[in-house]
Amino acid sequence: MKRTAFLGTLTAATLLGGGAFAAEGDTLAEVKARDELICGVNTGLVGFAAPDANGNWAGFDIAVCKAVAAAVLGDPSKVKYVPTTGQTRFTALSSGEVDVLARNSTWTYSRDTDLKLDFVGVNYYDGQGFMVNKDLGVTSAKELDGATICIQTGTTTELNLADYFRANNMSYQPVNIDSNAEGEQQYMAGACDAYTTDASGLAATRAAFADPENHIILPEIISKEPLGPAVRHGDNNWGDIVRWTLNALIAAEEYGVTSTNLEELSANSANPEVQRLLGTSDELGAMMGLDNEWAKRAIAASGNYGEIFAATIGEQTPIGLARGLNAQWTQGGLMYAPPFR
Amino acid sequence: MSELHAQTVPFVRDTMLPQQPPPNRETGALHWLRANLFSGPINTILTILGLLIIWFLVSHFWDWFAHSVWNAESLTQCREIIAATWGEDARGACWAVIRERWHQYMFGFYPRELYFRPIIAFGFLFVALAPVLFSESVRIRRIVLIVAAAATLILSVMVGAPLPWLVFAAIVMIGAVVVAERNAPWLLIFSALYPLLGVWMLWGGSAWGELSVLASVALGWLAWRLSVRISPLIAVIAGVAVTLALLLFVAGDAAEDLQSLIPLDITAIDSDQFGGFLLSITIGVAGIALSLPLGIILALARRSDMFLVNKLAVVFIEFIRGVPLITLLFVASLLLNYFLPPGTNFDIILRVIIMVTIFAAAYMAEVIRGGLAALPKGQYEAADALGLDYWKAQRLIILPQALKISIPGIVSTFIGMFKDTTLVVFVGLFDPLKGISDFVRANFAWKGVYWEPFIFTGAIFFIICFSMSRYSMYLERRLQRDHR
Repeated sequence: MKRTAFLGTLTAATLLGGGAFAAEGDTLAEVKARDELICGVNTGLVGFAAPDANGNWAGFDIAVCKAVAAAVLGDPSKVKYVPTTGQTRFTALSSGEVDVLARNSTWTYSRDTDLKLDFVGVNYYDGQGFMVNKDLGVTSAKELDGATICIQTGTTTELNLADYFRANNMSYQPVNIDSNAEGEQQYMAGACDAYTTDASGLAATRAAFADPENHIILPEIISKEPLGPAVRHGDNNWGDIVRWTLNALIAAEEYGVTSTNLEELSANSANPEVQRLLGTSDELGAMMGLDNEWAKRAIAASGNYGEIFAATIGEQTPIGLARGLNAQWTQGGLMYAPPFR
Repeated sequence: MSELHAQTVPFVRDTMLPQQPPPNRETGALHWLRANLFSGPINTILTILGLLIIWFLVSHFWDWFAHSVWNAESLTQCREIIAATWGEDARGACWAVIRERWHQYMFGFYPRELYFRPIIAFGFLFVALAPVLFSESVRIRRIVLIVAAAATLILSVMVGAPLPWLVFAAIVMIGAVVVAERNAPWLLIFSALYPLLGVWMLWGGSAWGELSVLASVALGWLAWRLSVRISPLIAVIAGVAVTLALLLFVAGDAAEDLQSLIPLDITAIDSDQFGGFLLSITIGVAGIALSLPLGIILALARRSDMFLVNKLAVVFIEFIRGVPLITLLFVASLLLNYFLPPGTNFDIILRVIIMVTIFAAAYMAEVIRGGLAALPKGQYEAADALGLDYWKAQRLIILPQALKISIPGIVSTFIGMFKDTTLVVFVGLFDPLKGISDFVRANFAWKGVYWEPFIFTGAIFFIICFSMSRYSMYLERRLQRDHR
């Protein structure tokens, strides 16, 4: 940004002191004028968002940002990633600092209503699980009565844990930790019998251990954590763009559209749904103020939903997450894109 | 009577005996041990306990340090190397993570090909500081400048600085060494210009922005100069008004026009590309440089007899000291966004610097107020008796002594503030301690690395803070003029 604008904004701030809450403008127009999508992301979560040694961001959530940038601006690299912490993420979004928040945030009632966010969909169905050392001889979370449990403070997982143990009439001794890294350290040092966090995080943590075979993730999933991208209330068109970009990625997997056969299918697919998706028939893009090839570019950015999953967190990666709930509805999962019509 | 005495003293020695070496039990290592470590039963027990604790620590951590791996691609590979070299059960430090990511710990996301810019800016910092910090000792100043010049140039060459920049850096740094020998006060001109130069080098962009700020300040000074004969108060108001008016309404447009006429820009860097120690040092240096003058003004205001000035200073100091720094940072990063018009981008580092500065200034004010209070009343009366006005009395008599008394407190506020810069992690900036480490660990290759980044950043923080502490001791010694 231009530093000469500092003083200008400073006075503007004083003049407008107490001024109106920010941004109910036209996000699409803003993004296009800026020629850059500002995407709020995690400060670092294995598989979901992390910069490499050269500062290039990659991950499951990052792929959503790239797809939206490709759909809107035609270039998946035109994204500015704004790292947000658990405390700053929603304010960053509602104050207009970021255009979209793709930061493994759980879609909950109060966040959707009270915090005035719009969760546009779910890109990962997570749930809270437990990891224990094999030597403990526990095979079910129901046997954890009286256990010490490492738990990250200030998160929904803390509340879920309390709910679960109360519902099952069990007691536990919490060991409060501040971050995932600290949790691993405490768990490895034997400060707690079990470590609880989102199942995706547990899998990544376990995979990074020197001795993963000595630790098991218990089968119980004690909470629903639908993670998805969010936008502000009040700009429905922008919400539609992000929602349908995500849906396009999911639908592309369902219809077998991949980043490799994309060109071929857009030229000669007989499936009318694919034709509409890729913009060879009808004018779907124009309905949200985009051109007709928006979905095609979104899919080209990092592939369809399945490809993104496989490349960032899937079974071929060290994290090795199975599709599970995140499989297509045709495969027994929950990924279900509404029709493109 | 005199005869009596003459007979009783048959011999008077007229030369001194040569000095004997002390007895063996009073010298050497053995004596030192006995005097310092085993001088009594309690001391002996404490010594043995101390040794046991040291032994306990070393025996627990030695193997971890000894089994250090520096060359590996990932933590898994580190573990394999450790297992292969020192046996299956061995544990060891995986410093390879530092080796692979050190540049992010130092510079964050600053573009790699531009690393020379922060390095040269950091080298220039010493040039700017030398005449201020080492104003009296030619020898120390010479050493500092020569070491800084050599280190800056070598490092710049190592990171591949382009030739024009190398020449520029060499001219400034070698020029500073030469000027410092002959006429050190001239370097103060560079010190005054450094804030603008440093900002330009770190953030890049058009140099006209900085030049127009400079011109605004110069014109403001001119306005002050022209009107100072009429009335000093009007002159100050005129100077400030001219500067502010130019900055707010003219400087921005003028800079853009000039830029379109004569392009004078280097690659612009966004604030979110800052990280690691570059971020900490930028915030730390700016905070230190700004909080000291602000703290002095607040301290004087708090001791002032003027009702409003006094009460405002008290409210400011007590309010800022009453809230945690983290709250101020959240205000800077979150609350401000609601009040700014949408779409404006009020630089986050600038916001953080402002908050850190006022936080440190509030503490600084109290430290300096302590120094002012410690000064004997006679000094104030002496200043009055000399017929000095308020500002002259403060500048020539009160503050030099009060500040000298407050040096330890001031420097410890600085050190505390510098360490507090790591708190910026909570507003989404990448501080070296947690911010960088978190995303390094978020890469699967380094997930599970825990102590190594902490030890690395801790060591660098220690070096910087320890240097500040040693400097403050040097300064105290140098300024020691009172009765010993």
